[in-house]
Amino acid sequence: MAEIKNYTMNFGPQHPAAHGVLRLILEMDGEVITHADPHVGLLHRATEKLAETKPFNQSIGYMDRLDYVSMMCNEHAYVRAIEKLLGIEAPIRAQYIRTLFDEITRIRNHLMWIGTHGLDLGAMALFLYAFRERELCMDMYEAVSGARMHATYYRPGGVYRDLPEKMPKHKQSQWTKGEDLKQVNEWREGSLLDFIEAFANDFPSKIAEYRTLLEENRIWKQRTVGIGVVSPEQAKAWGFTGPMLRGSGVAWDLRKKQTYAAYDKVDFDVPVGVNGDCYDRYLVRMEEMSQSTRIIKQCVQWLKDNPGPVMADNHKVVPPKREAMKEDMESLIMHFKLFTEGYSVPAGEVYSAVEAPKGEFGVYMISDDSNKPFRVKLRAPGFAHLSAMNDMVKGHMLSDVVAVIGTMDIVFGEIDR
Amino acid sequence: MSNYKRQLSKDLAAQFSDLDIIIKESPQGVSCTVPVESWLEVAKTLRDERDFDFDQCIDLCGVDYLSYGEPEWPTDDVTFTGFSRGIRGKGPGRFSWSERRRETVANRFAVAVQLLSLNKNQRLTLKCFAPDEGMLVVPSLIDIWPGVNWFEREAFDLFGIIFQGHPDLRRILTDYGFIGHPFRKDFPLIGNVEVKYDEKKKRVVYQPVSIEPRVLVPKTIRRDSRYVDNTAGQENS
Repeated sequence: MAEIKNYTMNFGPQHPAAHGVLRLILEMDGEVITHADPHVGLLHRATEKLAETKPFNQSIGYMDRLDYVSMMCNEHAYVRAIEKLLGIEAPIRAQYIRTLFDEITRIRNHLMWIGTHGLDLGAMALFLYAFRERELCMDMYEAVSGARMHATYYRPGGVYRDLPEKMPKHKQSQWTKGEDLKQVNEWREGSLLDFIEAFANDFPSKIAEYRTLLEENRIWKQRTVGIGVVSPEQAKAWGFTGPMLRGSGVAWDLRKKQTYAAYDKVDFDVPVGVNGDCYDRYLVRMEEMSQSTRIIKQCVQWLKDNPGPVMADNHKVVPPKREAMKEDMESLIMHFKLFTEGYSVPAGEVYSAVEAPKGEFGVYMISDDSNKPFRVKLRAPGFAHLSAMNDMVKGHMLSDVVAVIGTMDIVFGEIDR
Repeated sequence: MSNYKRQLSKDLAAQFSDLDIIIKESPQGVSCTVPVESWLEVAKTLRDERDFDFDQCIDLCGVDYLSYGEPEWPTDDVTFTGFSRGIRGKGPGRFSWSERRRETVANRFAVAVQLLSLNKNQRLTLKCFAPDEGMLVVPSLIDIWPGVNWFEREAFDLFGIIFQGHPDLRRILTDYGFIGHPFRKDFPLIGNVEVKYDEKKKRVVYQPVSIEPRVLVPKTIRRDSRYVDNTAGQENS
């Protein structure tokens, strides 16, 4: 018999299962992986360097474009870093709004993840169902910020504006009319909070649908159970965070352990895996969606009961109201200074992290008393996860690489920055 | 976890009393600057000693301190020439490669590491300055926290800091065949080369950048943070 040697295979960067622009150099022994070398950086835009050349507020929009499926969580980490350096705090209503939208973002992210992860492993239908609900979350983003994805909604000192009183409705079109139109507008009669509440009441039944589609399918289990097993020790050593760490049985969640925004005032549980394989991480993320729904309901209730300001009353950092500018010279000056020069942040350094849907998203910021950050380092959870790729897929089959990429929940906007 | 900072600073001072380290405690967190010779020793102690127990290395990054605290538009005095002064600066992003600064500055490059202890629920920023004698060399932490692998590659790629002992120190974020270390403060924001498709050669080619540096807002320093009370109640993290 002829001797067969190892061969090298190029996976990506243009591959539908590469979740973006991942280029994997796989060394194969037959169909078994002996070495995997991910090449990243094809989406590198030097966000951190760009941030050094702009006043603080102008970079908030760039944060949306890092992990572009969980936008507001990135903003949250960045905005909190500035707030910590300035020593200001957002009003309580803004904290609740941030909590609410962080959780909406988590659902959005996990819906995207389960859709594409399912698609990669051959579950076609789920993708369409997941994106149906994701569309509703986009509508929430749009109602609150005007943008479906890149919201730029969080600001140092609070959030850009209060929640709208009216939820925009679909208009009649060639495709949506009559009964259909009535159906899509059913939840949209009241305010945004009513819409979110209706969504939160309905969503658990949708999660049950997804789970039926996947868990009662033996192919799904064959493709995920026992694949990409990570022990708790390995997970810690490799710098895993978020569901990747919890899937291995480490009960660590920044929302509980190093609480921020209004997470200490809402009630929720942290799901933890047992075996540390792809299936456990799937279960953890599915349960996280249910828990997010719980948090959303509590936030909606609180926000309905407690009106109030959503921005700190500090016009050295926060722009004054337009009406005030018409009469008050001081306000006009502050507005001018804020939008031409920005505010100066006291010298110092800070690391602020939030529990983003993918794990710990952190911002390390150094300020030198100036109106621009001296250095911004963005700590993306996916970067640490992907760096363990070789260790996770070694000895697995080629088709399992796709399952591992899916379970890492990789988005190249944040890995390449 | 709000009160761990004082205790951690005390423990650090006691543990490393014989070393030349600087501990800074602020409402934002605890940071510790160590000399590069004791980098590995301190890191190992921080991981293994029970008082510290930093089992996760969350992040590692390079920092370039060139132009730290240098404004483009001085604000300490009044002026009659106005804002137009501000657009002539050569601050971040406003210079090309030929206009870059060339002086040498002591203690220019640093490596900053964010440590996290899951058991003790505490964080620490560990820093060291890379000695600059022709080459920036810092020992690699890869044997202590294997997860720093890519973070060290990134710091090497973007800042040119060489991590001694790293098994696979290749560029990671920049293009294949990239020249220079783009996150250094003397590297222009516009870069040096651009890529385009050449119709004649029927392939992608590199050429010198054709865009001009353009940053609209000058860097100004104002120490009038009187409105900010930095000792006010922080969030508990």
